[in-house]
Amino acid sequence: MKPATFDFVHAENLDEVLDVLRREGGDARIIAGGQSLMPMLNMRLAKPKTLIDIMRLPDLAHIERKGGIVTVGAGVRQAALLAWPELAEALPLVALALPWTGHVQTRSRGTVCGSIAHADPSAELPLALCALGGEVHLRNAKKRRRLAAPDFFAGMMATSRADDELIEAVSFPADRRGCAFREVARRHGDFAIVACAAVATKDGVRLAVGGVADMPVTREFPQLEASALDDALNAFAYDLDARDDVHATARYRRDLVRMIGADLVREVLS
Amino acid sequence: MSRLAADKRHSVQITLNGKLCSGEAEPRMLLSDFLRHQIGATGTHVGCEHGVCGACTVEIDGRLARACLTLAVQADGSSLRTVEGLASTPSRLGILQAAFRRHHALQCGFCTAGILMSLDQFLRENPKANEQQIRDLLTGHLCRCTGYAPIMRAAMEAAEEMAGDPAKETSHA
Repeated sequence: MKPATFDFVHAENLDEVLDVLRREGGDARIIAGGQSLMPMLNMRLAKPKTLIDIMRLPDLAHIERKGGIVTVGAGVRQAALLAWPELAEALPLVALALPWTGHVQTRSRGTVCGSIAHADPSAELPLALCALGGEVHLRNAKKRRRLAAPDFFAGMMATSRADDELIEAVSFPADRRGCAFREVARRHGDFAIVACAAVATKDGVRLAVGGVADMPVTREFPQLEASALDDALNAFAYDLDARDDVHATARYRRDLVRMIGADLVREVLS
Repeated sequence: MSRLAADKRHSVQITLNGKLCSGEAEPRMLLSDFLRHQIGATGTHVGCEHGVCGACTVEIDGRLARACLTLAVQADGSSLRTVEGLASTPSRLGILQAAFRRHHALQCGFCTAGILMSLDQFLRENPKANEQQIRDLLTGHLCRCTGYAPIMRAAMEAAEEMAGDPAKETSHA
């Protein structure tokens, strides 16, 4: 299908972006790489009156590492983050998960912040942001604010971003502790049926699950004996609001969470 | 800041396979439609129109892109490569194209233009690409009749032929 009509704004600087957002709010949408938004436009699931292109803004295409935090600007494409020489050392979990985000042909255009803004429940970048305890940097014409990942995601393709706010960047804590990632999909690069990320914490493991509920869900697991861990994972799987769809049943998804979860927790603790 | 009105057509200029081309596009016009209907370059095929099938894959400023997930107005001023740019003259085949013919790597040919563009760009960037990397690249394309085995065979052979001389595909076609 073809998109419905919209005005197209080539923004040259941040003030222009924030000004259009202030005036048009919910009727305007930001477009960066377009790999999440364009399908929504083509299928007319989104019908904004104005699109604001931010890819001409030079200030937004930066990856910055400072004080143990990696900040990724709104103009950074997924391929650019994947090619960042410090990625494997600074953000090993993102290095594991990012090759599962779309395909070579979409990562070359799609941005990191765009995937997070889209908030697809099966997407890898929102999952990694939740697992690592990252933040989303929002800004409107008057002020800036930061939201922790669990406060930013509000449901299936829904976020706490206000209509007049731009996602300026996202930040991930650089974490050299153990981590693991695994995903089950029909074809590499397709939407995850289940994606799991595990990160070592001070006294155990934080497990994050995507593709099951309407947004990534995290839970902390202390160091447990094998049977106690299985019980805890069983309880976690049952607490997830899993749904049946054309790709998999809720029961299959819960089974995957139990199996992959156990594997990842052991992998991270070993 | 420039604001392009929704209901008007705007001039869009691109360099297509080294040649300057221009046409008109409403903001909502997809690059795939712009290429086919405004420029008349119908080598780029349109499949699913939501980025899944890969038939419309082209190269924009050296990067792979789905033409159906790109607006024509976003591509204004860019340099594009499409399947029409692979061979030096219409009567000859590029290295990839010749390998596809030898290995029967196409039947209906609908997906082929996109696959060729992905391989062309990827093999120039990664002249030593291995089988796993090429398989990973091909996950971005759907082929529903040929099957992927002959496509892999053709891709591997062309990769070997192109390795070491990144200019070969265009200059030696």
